[in-house]
Amino acid sequence: MHFEYHVEGGNFSQAGFTSSQVKKTLKQLNVDGDVIRRTVIALYEAEVNIVAHAYKGKIAVDIDPEKISILLDDEGPGIPDIQKAMEVGYSTATPQVREMGFGAGMGLSNMKNNSDRLDIDSVVGKGTRVMIINYFNPTR
Amino acid sequence: MFHKIHPDMNLAELVEKLNLSIFSGKEALSKPVTGGYTSDLLSDVMGHAGPGQVWITLQTHKNVVAIASLKELSAIILVKGYKPDDEMLSQSIAERIPVLGTTLETFEITGRVFMLLNRDNSD
Ligand SMILES: Nc1ncnc2c1ncn2[C@@H]1O[C@H](COP(=O)(O)OP(=O)(O)OP(=O)(O)O)[C@@H](O)[C@H]1O
Ligand SMILES: [Mg+2]
Repeated sequence: MHFEYHVEGGNFSQAGFTSSQVKKTLKQLNVDGDVIRRTVIALYEAEVNIVAHAYKGKIAVDIDPEKISILLDDEGPGIPDIQKAMEVGYSTATPQVREMGFGAGMGLSNMKNNSDRLDIDSVVGKGTRVMIINYFNPTR
Repeated sequence: MFHKIHPDMNLAELVEKLNLSIFSGKEALSKPVTGGYTSDLLSDVMGHAGPGQVWITLQTHKNVVAIASLKELSAIILVKGYKPDDEMLSQSIAERIPVLGTTLETFEITGRVFMLLNRDNSD
């Protein structure tokens, strides 16, 4: 199964839409509850990072019998130092975004903790690609 | 036993015992409450709150409902007399996540929710 979604930078009123669609699909497929919970956390954080930090992005979701693979590809400022960005508390979110309660600098660590595989590639001035893979067999 | 969640606690009982106001979700108050989580940082809640918990916060916009729904939290309690904005209100109705309110400060309402949910079940 393959799904694609578009995300608009700055549009917080749509943030979480993709996560909610993917959650519904995984529930329909009777995927293990813990796997759904982890996938939703990782995907939501990645989705909101496009909204909060990039201009626009595409999300491609692939589901096969053993795993879900999510590729988030955005056009945006990119991340100069990914290792630093992964640190809890590091954030470049604007004051307005922080006022809403985003910008704690916890999103990337939530993604790390809730995915079996997480790959981040970024080109400064161009954009960021995030790949999240979660396997359905939790004993794996 | 101490530190056991009260088995029969649901939102309606929480509303009654803590005199909470109901902004939305009157019809969903039979939902059980498994605990609470207090935070105004959305990714903290995303990462650490658990299903069935009530979320105590001063954030009043619709992303709060989106997170509550994704995390399957039971309800949102707004502190200090804060009111949900219009988008939050309509989203909460659509997602069946009750938005409740109190005039108490975060510290006080959190303490009261904790005491209620962790009261001694043996008496
Ligand atoms: N898609 C992206 N494009 C550009 N920069 C990003 C992107 N994702 C993350 N970043 C950078 O990495 C930092 C840390 O991201 P992380 O998700 O951990 O925290 P945050 O988004 O700032 O706050 P939180 O996720 O807690 O609301 C961001 O502040 C931003 O500088
Ligand atoms: Mg983030």
